[in-house]
Parts: sequence; C-alpha cells; structure tokens
Amino acid sequence: MSTTAANTIERPSALSRFFRGLGLLRESPIGMFGAALVLFWVTMAIIAPILPLLDPLAAIMPFQKIGAVAPDGTTFWLGTDDKGRDILSRVIWGSQRVLVWASLATVVAYFFGMLMGVAAGYLGGWWDEVISFIGNVLLSFPVMILYILIVSYLGASGINIVIAVTFASAPGIMRIVRGLILDLRTRDYIAAAQTRGEPAIRIMLVELLPNARGPLIVDACLRLGYTVVAIATLGFLGLGLPPPDPDWGLMIKEAVPLGSFAGHMMVIPALALSSLILGFNLLADGLREISLRD
Amino acid sequence: MLILILRRLGSMVLIMLVVSLILFAIFETDKLAVAGKVLGPYSSTEQREIWLEENGYNQPFFTRYVIWAGNAMRGDFGQSLQLKVPVSQVLWPRLANTGILALCLFAIMIPLSLFMGVLAGMKEGSFQDRAITVFSVLTTSIPEFASATLLTAVFVFGLGWLPGTSSMTAGFSFKELVLPVLVLLLYDFGYITRMTRASMAEVMNSQYIRTAILKGLPYQRVIMRHALRNALIAPFTVIVLQLNWLLSGVIVVEVFFAYKGFGKLLLDAALFGDIFVIEACTLVAVFVAVASQFISDIGYTYLNPRIRFS
Amino acid sequence: MNNQEQPVLDIKDLCISYYTRAGEIPAVVDFSLTVKPGETIGIVGESGCGKSTVAMAIMQHMGSNGGIKSGSIKFKGRDMTQMSDEELRQLRGSEVSMIYQEPFAALNPSLLLREQLMEVPLTHEDINREQAYERAREMLANVKLPDPDRIMNSYPHQLSGGQQQRVVIAMGLLSKPALLLLDEPTTALDVTVEAGIVKLIADISRKYGTSQIYISHNLGLILETCDRVFVMYSGEVVEEGTIDSLFTWPRHPYTHGLFGCIPLPTADKNAAPLKPIRGQLPLPHERPQGCYFGPRCDHFQAGRCDGDKVDIEHVTGSAEDHMVRCLRWQEIDHTKEAPGGEAKEAMELGGPVLEVNQMKKYYEVIDSSMKALISGDRVKYVKANEELNFNAREGETVAIVGESGCGKSTFAKVLMGLEGGTDGEIKHDGKDVSETLVRDRTDKQISSLQMVFQNPSDTLNPSQTIGGQISRVIKKFGVASDKDEVFNMVMKLLDTVKLPRDFYYRRPRQLSGGQKQRIGIARAFAGNPSTVIADEPVSALDVSVAAAVTELLMDIQRENKTTLLFISHDLSVVRYLSDRIVVMYLGHIMERGTTEEIFEPPYHPYTEALLSAVPIADPEVTKREILLEGNLPSVMNPPKGCPFCTRCPRRIGDICDNEMPPERQVTDTHRIKCHIPIEELQKVEPVIHVPAPEERLGKPEVPASTH
Ligand SMILES: Nc1ncnc2c1ncn2[C@@H]1O[C@H](COP(=O)(O)OP(=O)(O)OP(=O)(O)O)[C@@H](O)[C@H]1O
Ligand code: SF4
Ligand code: SF4
Ligand SMILES: [Mg+2]
Repeated sequence: MSTTAANTIERPSALSRFFRGLGLLRESPIGMFGAALVLFWVTMAIIAPILPLLDPLAAIMPFQKIGAVAPDGTTFWLGTDDKGRDILSRVIWGSQRVLVWASLATVVAYFFGMLMGVAAGYLGGWWDEVISFIGNVLLSFPVMILYILIVSYLGASGINIVIAVTFASAPGIMRIVRGLILDLRTRDYIAAAQTRGEPAIRIMLVELLPNARGPLIVDACLRLGYTVVAIATLGFLGLGLPPPDPDWGLMIKEAVPLGSFAGHMMVIPALALSSLILGFNLLADGLREISLRD
Repeated sequence: MLILILRRLGSMVLIMLVVSLILFAIFETDKLAVAGKVLGPYSSTEQREIWLEENGYNQPFFTRYVIWAGNAMRGDFGQSLQLKVPVSQVLWPRLANTGILALCLFAIMIPLSLFMGVLAGMKEGSFQDRAITVFSVLTTSIPEFASATLLTAVFVFGLGWLPGTSSMTAGFSFKELVLPVLVLLLYDFGYITRMTRASMAEVMNSQYIRTAILKGLPYQRVIMRHALRNALIAPFTVIVLQLNWLLSGVIVVEVFFAYKGFGKLLLDAALFGDIFVIEACTLVAVFVAVASQFISDIGYTYLNPRIRFS
Repeated sequence: MNNQEQPVLDIKDLCISYYTRAGEIPAVVDFSLTVKPGETIGIVGESGCGKSTVAMAIMQHMGSNGGIKSGSIKFKGRDMTQMSDEELRQLRGSEVSMIYQEPFAALNPSLLLREQLMEVPLTHEDINREQAYERAREMLANVKLPDPDRIMNSYPHQLSGGQQQRVVIAMGLLSKPALLLLDEPTTALDVTVEAGIVKLIADISRKYGTSQIYISHNLGLILETCDRVFVMYSGEVVEEGTIDSLFTWPRHPYTHGLFGCIPLPTADKNAAPLKPIRGQLPLPHERPQGCYFGPRCDHFQAGRCDGDKVDIEHVTGSAEDHMVRCLRWQEIDHTKEAPGGEAKEAMELGGPVLEVNQMKKYYEVIDSSMKALISGDRVKYVKANEELNFNAREGETVAIVGESGCGKSTFAKVLMGLEGGTDGEIKHDGKDVSETLVRDRTDKQISSLQMVFQNPSDTLNPSQTIGGQISRVIKKFGVASDKDEVFNMVMKLLDTVKLPRDFYYRRPRQLSGGQKQRIGIARAFAGNPSTVIADEPVSALDVSVAAAVTELLMDIQRENKTTLLFISHDLSVVRYLSDRIVVMYLGHIMERGTTEEIFEPPYHPYTEALLSAVPIADPEVTKREILLEGNLPSVMNPPKGCPFCTRCPRRIGDICDNEMPPERQVTDTHRIKCHIPIEELQKVEPVIHVPAPEERLGKPEVPASTH
C-alpha cells in the first residue's frame, strides 16, 4: 500500500455521529414523545423573551377565566391569577426559570458526583472507604429533609438550591458512577493502559469515564426530572426561588386556597410541571430501551 | 451472617453518630444564636448569657454534644420554641399519625405494585406490559403536590365527594385519609412496579427459567416456584428503602392536606426556626432511614442463598 | 444399528428466521437431519452458524423474535411444529431434554438442587416424593457425583462448575428421555474436568440407549463423542457423514479448511504451519449468491459457484450417508494439497532476555469467618505463585500452561508491573523488575515488555478510535512524536496486522473479534517490545480466525525476534507454537522443558493427565485415557504436600499428602516436581500415539520433518 493511501482516509465528523445517535431515538416511540415534551418546554424557555407575551409581573385584571378577553382586546389565553397577572406568560417564564436552575444544579451535582465516583471506584482502598461513607451519611437523610435543612439554614435562593441539590444528588451519582467504574476497571483495555504506565488521572478521565456515559445519560435525564420536582416542591413549601418572578411551585401554593373558585390557577401550572417531568422520564425510558438493545 | 449483622449495625451506629454531630454542629455551635432563638429576638445579650449559663451551654462543645446526644437517646429533645411544650410531647403523636398514613399506604401499595410488576414483567413487550409501564411512568411523573392539586380539583371542588383538608379536627376520619393516601400511592407505586417489572423480566429472560420451561414444568409452576422467588428479592429491598422516600413525600402531602403528621411538624419547625424540633425530627427521620437500610441489607442477604451460604 | 427402526428425530428442510428491527435474519436454511435410536449426532460449526438455533428449534423454544418458517421436526413420527403447548410441555423434559453451555446459569440459584431435580419426575410421572427423591439420588450417583445426599441438599453455587454440569446432565436424564440435546456442554469447563464430562456423555447412550445431539465448535470433542457429524456453515449443512468417513476424507473445501486451521499433532510452526481460511463468516443477511462459502473458497469458480443455490449431494464411492454441498467436490483433489500452509524458516534463538528466579507472589486476604475471628488468625496468604523458575531467550516462545487458578495471570501481572512480587526476582534485559511497579519503570522498560490480552470484546477502549489508541502507545513510548510520523507508523502497523488502513477512524464496535485481536497485537508491538506476553490471545476466537491470528502473531514475532510468553490452557496450540513449555498447577511449576520433552515420557503425572484430556480431531491418533477424579482445589485452601495429591492417579502414599515434592532434573532443560523417581516415570507409555505417515489412510502427505 502506498503512503498516499493514508491521505485518502476520511474521518467521519463528530456532527454526523451525533445525528446518527439522535436518529436511534426514532425507534422508541415513547422516547420520542418524551423528547418532544422536553423539547417543547426547552424551546418555550429559550424563546420566551421574543414571544408576544404579557408582562408576567404586571397586575392587569384579577381572576379572569381561561380565554377571557379584556376590554382593551388582550386575550388571557390561560386566564389570570388573583393578582391579575397573565398565567400563560407566568407559566412560560416559569419554565425558563425552573429549567435554568435545574440544569445548573444537575450539572454541578454531576461534576462532584462523578469525581467522587471515579475516585472511589478506581482508586479503591481508603479513597473508597471515605467517599462511600460520606455518601452513605448524606444518603441517610430523606432527600426532602436534606433540602429543607439546607435551604432553611442557608436561606431560599437559586444558588442555595443548587447547593442543596448537589448535596442530595451527588451521593447517588457517586454510587452509580462507582458501580460502573468497578465494572469497567476489570476490562482488558484498562489493564492495557496500566501496563503502558498511564497515570491514574488519565485512566480515570480518559479511559474510564467516557465508557460509563451510556447509563449516565439516562440517569442524568431522570435526575433533571427529579431536580425540577425538587425545585417546584421547595417553591410549593415556601422555600423555593424567591418571588415575585414566576415559579411553578409557588404558583400552585398560592392557588390552592383559592382552588374552589379559581381552579385553573392551580391546575395549569400543575399540568405544565407534570408534562415536563413526564417528558424527562419518558426520554430516559426511551434512551434506556435503545441502549439495552445494542 | 452474624458478622455481617454486626458490621452493618456498626456502620449504622457510626452514621447516626456522624449525622447527629453534624446536626448539633450546624444548629448549636453558635451559642448566642441558640439563646436568641429561645429567648426571642428582643432579648438582651445579658439575658442570653444568663440563659446559656443556666442551661449548661458554657461547657466545651464536645461535652455539650455528649450531654445532648445522651438526652436525645432518652427521648428528651428539649422544649419546642414554637409550641412551648417538650418536643417529645408533640413528636410521638405526630409520628403515630404519619405511621397510620404509611400503614394504609403500604397495605395497598405493596400487593398492588408487586402484582402489577409481576404481571408486566412476565411477558416482556406484551400489551399488559406496555400498558402497565406507561401508566406507572405517567403517575410517577406527577409530583405529589401537583397530583394533590389535580385530585383536589376533581374530587373536592368538582365532585365534592371528599374533604379537601385532613386535619381531623373532629376526630379520626377515614374519609380524610383517602386523598393523602391516594396521592402518595400514585407517586410511589410506579417506582416499585417498575422495579418489580424489571426484576421479573430479567428473571424471565434468564437461563434457569429456560431450563425450567424446557423441563416441561407447567407454566404456573415455572412462575410461582422458579421465577417469583428470584424476582422478588430486588423489590423487597426497594420496598423497605421506600420508607426513606415516604418520609420525603409525606412532608408535601401532610402540608397540602394539613394532616397533623411528622412531616408537617418538621416543615413548620423549619419555617419557624424551631431548632430543637428540627433536630429531633431529623434524627428520627435519619434513624428510620438507616434502620430500613439495615433491614433491607439483612433481608437481601437472607433471601439470597448465594450470599447466605458463603 | 437397525435402519428399519423409526428415527427418534427427523428434521426436514427446516428454515428458521429471527425477526429484528434490521429485518428478517434467516439464521438456518434447509436443515435436514435424522437421529436414529441410540445414535449420537454431532453438529459442528463456527460461532453464529446456527447451531444453537437448531437446538432451540428442536425444543420448540425460539424466544420472542424467532420463528420456524418452513419444514418439519418429527419426533417419533409426530411433527413438533404442529403440537399444542400442552403436548410440547409433556414432551419436554420427559422425552427430549437439554444440557446447556453454562451450567451455573442454567440452575436456579435460590432453589435447593433437591427441588430442581425432583420436580422432573414429579411433573412427568405418577410417583410420590420419596420415590422422586430416590430417583434423583440414584441419578446423581450415576453421573459419578460423590456424596449425592449432600448435593441434593445444596444450592448450585456451592458446587464446582464440573459438578454443576453433572447435576444438569442428571436432571436431563432423570426421565429417561429418548433424545438429549447438548449445546456446548463443556465450553465453560477446565480441560481435565471437560475430559470427565465427555467420558460421561459418551457413556450415556451406551448405558441408557439415549440418542444425543452434541453441538460443539470443537472437532476434537465431536470425534470423541459422536457417531455421525454435520458440519454447518452460515446456516446450512455443508457436509455430513460418519465420523470415520468425514474425518478421514473431508470433501467440502470448508471442512477441509477447518482441519487446516486446528493444530493437529501433525502441524508444525515451521515445516507445516496452520493454514487459515481467509475472510470471515458472512452475516446471515449478507450471504453471497450461490455457494455461501464462495468468497472464502480457494476453489471458487466464477460463473459456477456464484450461480444457483448449491444442493447437497451424496458422495459417491464413500460411506452411504456421506453428503457434501459443493459443486466441485469431484474435481478437487484434496490430497494434492499439503495439509498445512507454506513452510517457513525456523528461527535462530538469541541470548537470554527473561530470567525468572524463585519468584513468589502471595496475596494477603482477611479471613472474616467467625472461626478466624475467635482464633485471631485473620490474615491468610494465598500463594498464587510459588517459586517460579524459568527463562526465555531472544526470539523464543515459552508457553505457560495450566487450568484456571493455576497462577498464570498472576505471573503476567507481576511481570507487567501491575503488582509487586513477594519474593525472588524477574530479570528482564538484565534488570530485576519484579518489585518495580509499572509507574516506577522507565518508558524504555515498559515499552520493551508488552501484552496481548485474551478477550477481544474488551481489549480495546470502545470510546476511542482504533488509530487514536495505537497512536497513543507510539507517543507514550516516545517512538515518535511528530503528528505525521505517528500517523504513518500507525498505517504501517495496520499493514503489518493485515487490516485495511481506513480502520484508523473506526471504533472497536465496528470490528469483528479477530480484527480486534489484530489491533491488540498491533498495539503491543507498537513500541518495539523485546518481550510480548500473550494471555490466551486466541481462545475466544473461532478456529478459522484463531489460526490466522496465531500465524500473524508468530510472523511478527519472527520478524522482530521477539520473545513470546504464551499463556494458554490448550496443550495442542501450545505444542504447535512453543519452543519450551512450563506446566503450572495451583501456583507451582510442576514440569518444564522443551516441547518435545514435555510431550514424551517421563511425564509429570499432571502433564500426563493434561495430555490425555486434550481432544484431538484426528481419528487415527490414539490416546491413553487418564481421567482425573475430583475438583481443582481452591488456591485459598491448597493441599499440604504435593499440590496435585488430591487428584493424582499415581499418588504413591502419605508422602505425597504431607511433603512438597522436590524438583528433579531430567536433562539440562527438563525438570519434574514429583516424589516418583525419574526412572519410574521414564517407564510410562506415551500418552498420544500418532501413526507414522505411511500407515495413514487419509492424509498420506504428512511432511516427514514433524516427527
Ligand atoms: N434472538 C436472536 N435475534 C436475532 N438474531 C439471532 C438471535 N439469536 C441468534 N441470532 C443470529 O442467528 C445466527 C445463528 O445463531 P446461533 O446462536 O444459532 O449460532 P451458534 O452456531 O449457536 O453460535 P455459537 O457458537 O456462538 O453459539 C447468528 O447470525 C445470530 O446472530
Ligand atoms: S461450490 Fe464452489 S465455492 Fe462453494 S465450496 Fe464448492 S468449490 Fe468452493
Ligand atoms: S508427588 Fe505424588 S501426588 Fe504429586 S504428582 Fe507426584 S505422585 Fe502425584
Ligand atoms: Mg450457540
């Protein structure tokens, strides 16, 4: 073979690989439906600023029913709340808020969880003992109690919610990663890397972690869902993102006492929230189904 | 086996120690703040100092911790700041109320979800499997307070069949339990169902089930004798661990329906800053969680002959 | 055998497909087979050719996505494909039973074996529990399990692999079935344990008159167990016949090729090397037009072999049921072909490269049992390697042979620096490396000592490209650092291992097992090592692929004058490629010497048993039968004296149980560790007898140089 042959070798682009991966999802109708739901809310969150929405904070007319039209001709597609704010606009802006904080919290939790998990799984010994013990201590708190403790202690704010979620989720992520690593580290390619004297840090981050990504993507999807629930629940309990910016949990909390005559105020955010979480759960299910097939 | 139990017990005690130490450190390191909480925001520094002296707060941190932990173990958690009664006096009745809720929930959930899970996992990919799976994802996707909202909208405001609060002011009433249990059930049953399904499906795909079928055993025997026993080991541990989850979920539900349980106590305390109640509730909750972990570990070992006899 | 008798099983034109999202996969096409009472049929073929599919079709248990498209399976005259579920259920386990590849997975982990055994007669016959218990117990004794009562009351995990397989066999035989299906029943077992099971299987039809279908990828095992054999290739039978006729005069180019791929005693790495079949098995939906074997066949004739589908026809002039599916079988004169590939030049051996002196490796384990806790004796030593002594010269191939748990892999780990040795030294290129962990070794030391791994499925990192993985090695060892230079070196390595250059950007998932092993070899040789240690590099590959990889490995070795440490459990491969052999058992070297010395008396009693256990696919080769009783002891709990004393057929008395035997010197190169004096051992008969070429029926042209 001539050396010129080498130059004719074509390298598949990263983009094409990504799209092929996405195409696989087509084979799971459930996963597709989940992806559509998630995508819908993500799109809403992104384009919220350019949508022709009413000001989510402006008090216009209280207690308007779904589809009511104001004298000046503005339509309240989903009605208004007790303070006269447009519910449609609040729900969409609320989606942006919850998605931003949930993603941020999940990413941070994953960062710590993965580091701990890889170290515990690969280095073993004392590392494992200590990290696992820390994990066990944190996991012994019922999650909601941990949230309440941290948020009530630090005060209710976005950053503190991120901290709370990190404390609550990182140990779980750590356990999953640790389990995956314990399995992966027995593979021959790890032995091969060890026998050519690769440093531990490279083995952990380059040789091991990328191969754990399959189950982790599924888990991340589920966890995003949990985090959305957690943020909304904290909001509902009065420990969430501070008002007046729209927050789904808080919207429901405020609507419950008025439920007997303004039911739409509580039902609409509840549906929005449920559909987003359903989206994450179904997407995770679909991804799992696909990964199991290959 | 004995060694295992001892070791697990050891780690359980260790975790309780660490958790209590953390709690104590968080809430009671700053002595003046404690006194401030007790005596109210308008108390003077001198008053606080006196209170600290009287209540033995001027001892070294660890001595205080040991005394505090000793008291806690005897059930003495101090005086509630909000309710002005000893914490233990409110804690136990509230726990009992939550216990009733949990009991009703488990009594319905366990048989239901195991049955559904086994049914779904028995024939992977069949209609019954898909239906059960989709239904259980759907219900677990609705957070407790959202489903509480939706159910209230329908049954309380719409149909008017059930009361919207469960404070039981007029004595115990089953009717008031229905919605809280239903909400918890909807949220939690899906998880166990899916777990059981996965476990059952895995067992049904295993080679020993193939062996059993190819031995010509009746299908019923294959399921009852060979599959169930192996398939239910994993769900068993999940069910026990579910106690931990329940403690989370119960807070929301109790708050929503104003049910006088443990969760509402904790949340009220957290919002008020009632540190002694928070400490007590957290300790109890963590104890329940750790104990259920212990039971689940031991149970798993016991159910699994591969570990039991090695 | 009476030909008028009704066949037990009669399969006609069976077509089986799997339905996947990629479409229909015709796994088996036009398969026909008859089994007469008491007959044992062998089905042999490489992975994926459809053997298991046929077996599961006979059991009528195809899984959710498999289905029989056409054809019939008549059991004692009744078509099983037309039976109702209830009729099938009554047949399964009572008339037809099956033995599986992995006995452990086939037994229910949480039921007592008693239950699992007794339920068979209880379901199919009208007897009570006591009778069922008696029956089960009796059958356990019949499959030569010691202490049946204890086994009845055990769980599967409490038995060894060999015992588990015996239990499964007993379970299959409990209802005195007319037909027993065995799907690779010994693949998961150690060689000496396998030999015992094979003997048991061979006795079954004699004792119970049971017909059997024995499925295997190993021609040698088929030879030892069967009366008639079917060779499958890509979903169809390409040749069938009696053992004698087919093994002596294989007619189909594929069958013939298979024999060229296995290291028979007549093969020799220099004079008569293996002759791999090129290419690989086509996937069911990629089968070529005409003859499925066409693209790999040396006798392919365009216009003829790629025309219509080839029918199977009778081989005139041979035994009456010898059939072959080849258009040109009459034209091809296999005797004209040398049995092996082209002769290669023998290699000169250089100076010593590796010296292992008194190397020991003990693992500390904490005993957590109650007893140990009370006695305070908590730390135990597992002696994974005990006083290893041997050396290897430049260009030499030294094989380390032994069964599971003998310490082969531990030695590899210490040598590679993944773990430190406990005592003794390993000198590589003159320097002691036994206590230097890999992170303390210089790049030079690391790159001069590389390894080829066993398992193709995980020897390569699935998330990195092939090119990236090889480049990394080149850069890591500082062979080259310039980007283009590295790239060109990778290209050259791909050429060396005979893979297309565009594999550079592929990922391991897109490669077949043999291709992955080739990349593994390329990676090991990327840093120009002086020594390569190969841990069972071909044991997971199909025979035709294994032969190619073996040859490749040896070619590269020859070119680079590399020292090769070849770890294996298979004595026939080892005999073929190694210059010297080290036989290990439970961490000890029992015997070492040149290949000739190992294969001829005096033998160590363990070597003797090992030699006898290896199946040889040549009906004219005879072996002395030596069966080992009992299980391999655990390394955690080895016998006090000679490690082999619990199973040794030549045990001479208490001295064996209590004292470690001395290492006796036979020649300069040959040592045996046994209490029996060399003179006695010298007197035993050779285990394997290979007839002289002129006495042979089948293959007259064996090169004289082999023996
Ligand atoms: N459940 C299945 N779904 C789809 N294809 C399958 C399935 N089972 C087997 N196949 C395909 O059918 C063909 C024959 O498989 P089979 O398992 O019968 O081969 P085999 O000869 O037993 O191989 P081995 O030696 O590896 O056991 C293969 O190409 C395989 O990939
Ligand atoms: S039919 Fe042709 S291609 Fe097929 S085996 Fe015979 S000679 Fe080879
Ligand atoms: S020392 Fe004794 S037990 Fe060991 S191999 Fe020799 S004869 Fe057998
Ligand atoms: Mg098979």
